[in-house]
Formats: sequence, structure tokens, C-alpha cells
Amino acid sequence: MADATLAIGRPAPRLAIPEWLEAVLVRLAAVVAALALCGVLLIVQGHNPWLAYTDMAIGAFGSRFALEQTLLKAIPLMLTTLGVTITFTAGLWNIGAEGQLTIGALAASWLALNHGSAPAFALLPGMVLLGMLGGALWALVPAVPRAYVGMNEVISTLLLNYIALLIVDYLVFGAWADPTAFNFPYSPAFSDAARLPMLFGDVHLGLVFALVATAVVAAVIGHTVWGYEVRTSGASPGAARYAGMPLRRNILVAMAASGALSGLAGMAEVSGMIFRVQQGISPGYGYSAIIIAWLAKLNPWAAAPVAILFAGLLNGGFALQTSKVPAAITYMIQASILFLVVAGESLLARVRRARAAAAQKAALGDSR
Amino acid sequence: MSEEQLVRLLAATIAMGTPLVFAAFGEILAESSGVLNLGVEGMMLVGAVSAFIAVVVTGHPWLGVIAGMLAAGVLAAGHALLTVTLGTEQVTAGLALALFGSGLSSFLGKTYVGVPNPAPFSPIALPGLSALPIVGPSLFTQDALVYLSYVMIPLGWWWLYRTRPGLHLRACGESPGTADALGVGVVAVRYASVIVGGMFAGLGGAYLSLAYVPAWTENLTAGLGWIALALVIFASWNPLRLVFGAYLFGGVEAIGFRAQVFGFHANTIVLRMMPYAATLTVMLVVALWRRRLAMPSALGVPYAREQ
Repeated sequence: MADATLAIGRPAPRLAIPEWLEAVLVRLAAVVAALALCGVLLIVQGHNPWLAYTDMAIGAFGSRFALEQTLLKAIPLMLTTLGVTITFTAGLWNIGAEGQLTIGALAASWLALNHGSAPAFALLPGMVLLGMLGGALWALVPAVPRAYVGMNEVISTLLLNYIALLIVDYLVFGAWADPTAFNFPYSPAFSDAARLPMLFGDVHLGLVFALVATAVVAAVIGHTVWGYEVRTSGASPGAARYAGMPLRRNILVAMAASGALSGLAGMAEVSGMIFRVQQGISPGYGYSAIIIAWLAKLNPWAAAPVAILFAGLLNGGFALQTSKVPAAITYMIQASILFLVVAGESLLARVRRARAAAAQKAALGDSR
Repeated sequence: MSEEQLVRLLAATIAMGTPLVFAAFGEILAESSGVLNLGVEGMMLVGAVSAFIAVVVTGHPWLGVIAGMLAAGVLAAGHALLTVTLGTEQVTAGLALALFGSGLSSFLGKTYVGVPNPAPFSPIALPGLSALPIVGPSLFTQDALVYLSYVMIPLGWWWLYRTRPGLHLRACGESPGTADALGVGVVAVRYASVIVGGMFAGLGGAYLSLAYVPAWTENLTAGLGWIALALVIFASWNPLRLVFGAYLFGGVEAIGFRAQVFGFHANTIVLRMMPYAATLTVMLVVALWRRRLAMPSALGVPYAREQ
């Protein structure tokens, strides 16, 4: 029997691929397969997928302007992805990044619209704080009942997205409507002091927020006691409870931090790019974030390049609108990638289990 | 409130509750067998757009219903493949399905936005019953799909709670190991429940694009799929209790749309928030009171026979 135990520990007699490489390969395969799948759909609808994809690539990365626009869209994607990464790591399904971004944007805009004459050095930090606070509070609305009575957070965070979007409608058609805009649904433009400074071209200071946030989130999740507790709660809630970790407090803090990051994304959108409140502050960044977090395997540093790729996908989609291919293809591609990554990961896990079982069987067979 | 206003309110309540009845009943089937499918919103959207395209192409409303149910059933089969065969974490798979369905529906439906429905379902007065006061013109002057929902609910309850296949389905959700030992094919039952459940979600979507609206716009369901998921918890997985929940929400929406008629002047945007806010409130009350006692014990747990 001792021989058998030793044999199980022996590496399998085959070329071993490290686990991280396997994860990368599964994801690459999923992206290629998603492009192929959507290519077939394009052919069915009478389009040339090769032309469409080339147009998208040029629209996303083909010029200095395209690259700037892609980086610009990567900012909210990176921030919201970091947000959902924290909650997913904690085993909490926060699907409400879209709403948290929106409320953060509204909270920051309130300051910009009411105190726009204040100097930038006071106004911008105030908007950052209010944006993060707004997002955090909006995330606490579902987090408190989740922590205390176990209310399902998937459904509640999602329903709150719809309410957040309606609050935007309520404000831009009502109290915040621009009196000079002939009933167009948007607020007056922000003063110059309420606009984020530009780094280069159209890319604003939000990029720095996103990079700093990446470093902070990576450090907190990877190298602090709280991060360890959150990882444990996500991987094995029973063990976390048994170890006496403060589960309720961690749920509240994780959700609030997640909401704050999305709220910061919203602040950066209105203060760095849109410069007013209008409908459709986010074209679904909060939903893309879920897919990016999954693709990045909840790794904050991996999230940044994936977010840039997805920003390129979005931008490429906008470039497509000039040709006849519907821009909705970008959402199709995104969703297909998620579906295929999930399928690929499960398949991989199954193959691993089967391989382990076979190795064990062989080892036990040897010893007999 | 005059009698005519009451009739209109009741009729609107039924009409708005019907897509929820279909979708939530489908989810009850899937969840009772032990598989959580969070993709209801996506399946409803794909059902709605497929049904609409089929009607525009063929001109026949029932072909639309069939197309909507089949398309949603195919998506649900994908969910079953992931969760039942591959053992994927069910929340992840369901979210992927919800996002995939909403992307697919807006892609397929792009050229159909603003196209009129050539053959929508229209109300049929049921002979005899429609002559009754108040309930006649409200409950029994509806379209064929609403009547289908009237028949489906008691039948579905009876099937789920009073027949052997229904018992087997629930056994797979309560204790798949025991069901397996008794010779029930857990994998087959779960596949069937998820796929048929998805077809009902598709029917709910088809009702919107063929009878209720009746047209296609992007994101037509506007969160109804998520409300349906909340209703399943509210109904504690019982089709009969589901009816109350669905019509309660139908009523909230109906009052929202007709508030002005009753001389109640509220902001229409605030009224549009009501169904979501009401769902959240009900979820909170359920979480405080019942603590999910009736939840199928094996819900969300993949089943793999011991080797």
C-alpha cells in the first residue's frame, strides 16, 4: 500500500503543461472559437466576416486616434473589472457594476453641477470621493440583506441596475435637464474645473486611477490578511466560518469596495469624457466587466490587458457601424467568449479529473 | 373606480403577468430538478426575437410561438450541457447564458426593429364566460396564449405534484443519489427539465413580441427574466403560488401604466421603477420570513455518480 501512495505522488509519464499555460490556452482557444462562431453568423446574414474583423481591428488599433479611443474605453472597463473581481474572489455575485457605475457618475455630477465654480483642486477630489461613495452605497443596498438574511445578490444587484438607469432618466428629464437644450435629455455641460486633465490626446487622468487601483487591488487581495480572508470565503465558505472569520463584515466591505471602484469608473466617464449627465453613460461596461474578470481568471494584473482588448472590441464595433455589419456583433463576440471559456474550463477540469483517476488506477494496479 | 376602469386594470394585470407566469413556471421545472438556470432573461429575449422573425417571415403566429420556444430550448440545452454533463458552476453558466442571449437577440433582431407584426395574437371573447360581469371582459376576453397559461398552471402543478414523472423530477432536485438508486435517469431528467423550462421562457418572450407589445425592440424584456427568477423563490417552487406572485407584479405594472387614469399624478419614470422595487421588497420579505425552506435540497449541485 505504501508503494501505491508513493506512486500517486509520482508525476504522470507525459509532457506536463503548467496549469497557468493551460488556462491561457483554454482562453485563447475560446476567443478564436468565438470569432469563428460569430463569423459563421455573419456569413449567414450575408456579410464577409474577414472584412468585418479587419475593419474592427483597424477601428480598434489601426491608428493613433483608434488607439487613444481604445485606451479611453479601457479605463471604465479596468475599474469595473477590478470591482467585480473583488466580489467574485469573495464568492459574491455582484452583477450590479453597471448600476454602481451609474450612481457613482450621478453622485460626482451632483457636485459638478451644483458647485462648478469651485476650483479644480477642490472639485475633482470631491467628485472622486462622491463617485466612490455613491457606488459603494448603491452596492451596500443588496449587500446588507445578503450579509444578514442571505438574500440572493445575483438578482438584487441586477434589478438595481434597471433602477439606476431610470434614476438617470428621472434626472435628465427633470431636475437636471439643461434649460437651453430644447428638451433633449441631458444636463448642462460641466465647468472646466470639473473636467479631468488630459494625459495625452483624449486619454484622461482616469487611466492613472485605473492603474493605481490595479496595483492596490492586487496587493490587497494577494498580500493582506483581509485579502486572505476574502479568498478563503470565496474558495471554501465553510472553512472561513470554521476559522471564525468575520463573514458578514467581509461581505459588506467587499461589496462596498467593489461598488466604490465602479463608482470611480462612473466619475471618470462623466468627468473625463462625457462632461455632462446623459442617458447611456455606460454602454454596458458593467456587464463586460464580468466577462473580463472571468477571462483574466480574477487576476487584477491580467485584467488590464484583457480590458484593453475588450475596449478594442467595443471600439471596433463602433467602426463597423459605418459598414452594414450590425455593431451588436461585438456583444455577441463578448458573450460567446464567456460561454466558451466557461465550457472550456469545465472540460479542462473534467479531463484533469479523469487523468488523475486514471493515474491513480494505474498506480494501484502497479502495486498489486 | 368605475366598473370599466376595474375591468381594464384587471385585463392589464393578467396580460402583464402572463409572460412572468410562463417564464417562472419554466424555471420552476428546471430548479425542481436541481438545476439553477439564471439565463431566463437571455432565453426570453432570444425566444421573443425568434418568434417575431418567424411571424414576419411566415405570417403565422403559431409558427412564431414554436420558433420562439425551439430557439430558447436550444439555448437551454447549451446550459444543460455545461451544468449537467460538464459540471460547470451553475451561476457562472447561467450568467453566461443571460449575456449570450441578450447579445444574440440584439444581433438577430437588428433589422426587425420598427417592423410591424403582420399577425399578432388578438383577444378572443370566450363564449359564455365572457358574458360574466367584470371577470368576463377582463379575464375571459384575452388572447389564445393567455388561455394557454390558464390551462398550463393547474396542469403543471398536477403533473409536478401528482404524477410519477413529476415525482421523479422533484426527486432529482431533492436527492439525486436516491433517485439514481431507484432507477431514475438523473441526467436525462435534468436535461429534459432544463430544456423544457427554457422553452417556457421562450414562450414568455414570444408572448411579448407576438401578443403583448406586439413588436420587437432591443432588450424587449427589460428585466422580466430576472423578476421571474425572484418570483420562483417567492412562490417557493410551487406553480400555484407562482400565479399570485405573477399577477401581483402584473398588477403593479398595470397600475403604473394606468395611474393617470385613476387621477393619480405621479412621475411616469418613477412608476417604471415600481416593478423592480417591488421585486426587491418581496425578495427581502421572503428572505426575512421563510429563509428558503422549500428550496430543492440539491439545487445548484452537479450530480456525478460515485465511481
